[in-house]
Amino acid sequence: MNSLIVRRILRGEVASAARLMRDLDDEIPSARAALRELYARAGRAHIIGITGPPGAGKSTLADRLVEAARKAGKAVGVVAVDPTSPFSGGAVLGDRIRMQRHATDEKVFIRSLAARGSVGGLSRSVFDTVTMLDAMGKDLIILETAGVGQDGVKVAGAAHTVLVVMSPGQGDDVQALKAGILEIGDIYVINKCDHKDSEQLARSLGLALEGAAPRDGWTTPILKTEALSGKGTAELLKVVYEHRRALDGAGAWERRSLNMARSAFMELLETGLRGFINEECEHGAECRKLFGALASRKTDPYSAAKTTLRKLLKKSPPAPLSKRGDNPSFRKGGRRGI
Amino acid sequence: MNKNFCRKNFFRRKAKKIRVLIAKPGLDGHDRGAKVVVRALRDAGMEVIYTGIRQTPEAIAGAAVQEGVDFVGLSCLSGAHNHLFARVVRLLRKKGAANIAVFAGGIIPAADIPGLKKAGIKEIFPPGASTRDITQWVLRTAQ
Repeated sequence: MNSLIVRRILRGEVASAARLMRDLDDEIPSARAALRELYARAGRAHIIGITGPPGAGKSTLADRLVEAARKAGKAVGVVAVDPTSPFSGGAVLGDRIRMQRHATDEKVFIRSLAARGSVGGLSRSVFDTVTMLDAMGKDLIILETAGVGQDGVKVAGAAHTVLVVMSPGQGDDVQALKAGILEIGDIYVINKCDHKDSEQLARSLGLALEGAAPRDGWTTPILKTEALSGKGTAELLKVVYEHRRALDGAGAWERRSLNMARSAFMELLETGLRGFINEECEHGAECRKLFGALASRKTDPYSAAKTTLRKLLKKSPPAPLSKRGDNPSFRKGGRRGI
Repeated sequence: MNKNFCRKNFFRRKAKKIRVLIAKPGLDGHDRGAKVVVRALRDAGMEVIYTGIRQTPEAIAGAAVQEGVDFVGLSCLSGAHNHLFARVVRLLRKKGAANIAVFAGGIIPAADIPGLKKAGIKEIFPPGASTRDITQWVLRTAQ
């Protein structure tokens, strides 16, 4: 029997779902029980990652994909990540502006998330939010990363189909040869294709991708779009569907789903461990002593890290995913931190 | 600085964040003020969603519910505030999100303030209000 909140969410109550997403984002432990129930019901949606540098047109393109998917009668979820300030902890979430025309469409659920210290263009709660939208029966879930540089590859472990969006006028041919986001794309999109330099970008990108062995029965295409006017965006969605068929044909859909489950699990494990380590090193007198020994060159970082790690692993972590969210004094501290 | 920096911002970043949606309802393209407020709230450590200009009350309420915010801040300089602000409050209640506190700013004549408060707007920041007033009010009300 499902709990009340889960029943409400499965009935399609947006306010309940939004509240649970919020609690998961704030890492409130009681929310995780509800997520457990929803997790069992998820796993059907096609998750499309959109990544690329800031200002390339990711949000506008997401808006167009929503439009095209709605025309085909699909229910759509969007998760859009924007960066958190490392100074104030605040964030401006502005991706939604480009998609606001879908705000009154009941079959579209758009959620903005702040990265909250996560690197690589995602936030930790992205996986939870996607799981929820999936369980709520969205056919397509668009996961838009924060603007990334050359190594924001995390989205590859969070989506079935990865779109890498680029726009002309952002560097010479060598940029296209670099490792990183140029290796994770299943579909490359040159947006703002009305720009005079778009031909050149298409050429150098084509050269960079030339000869790459097909992956999962799929050779990565380069598409041109003009998201602002909608040119090429319906075709883009068609190619996304083609990618899904190719994955299915090559038996790669399950492989990708497995990889995504693994990424979400590893992310959680790392977060838990990092929190544990931070806590120990912030408050542990031993660690402070160790910093002194390091600064005065009595020991070296490798040996110090090795012995500390050994000691930490013997201690039992205060529930790896700590209950900090529930601790009122902590919450108060956070407010003061503002 | 180092230690404080880590403590204040990284270590404690998991504390419950205040989420605010700032929106401009109606036919009014002047959003300089709204953007100043967005920035002030961001600098006070909040997550601020901005939905841009010329929004219908329906779109604003829909976005606020989906985003699970604590506050909706409305800005209107066109004179249609009495109708638009009250409608946003009504729609939020209808959508089961009466817990979201609505505040507002813009060119609001003093005579309209009592009526707006009665309609459910928690606080009005007329011309001359400082960003500090606004952030302090939000922080206080959030507790």
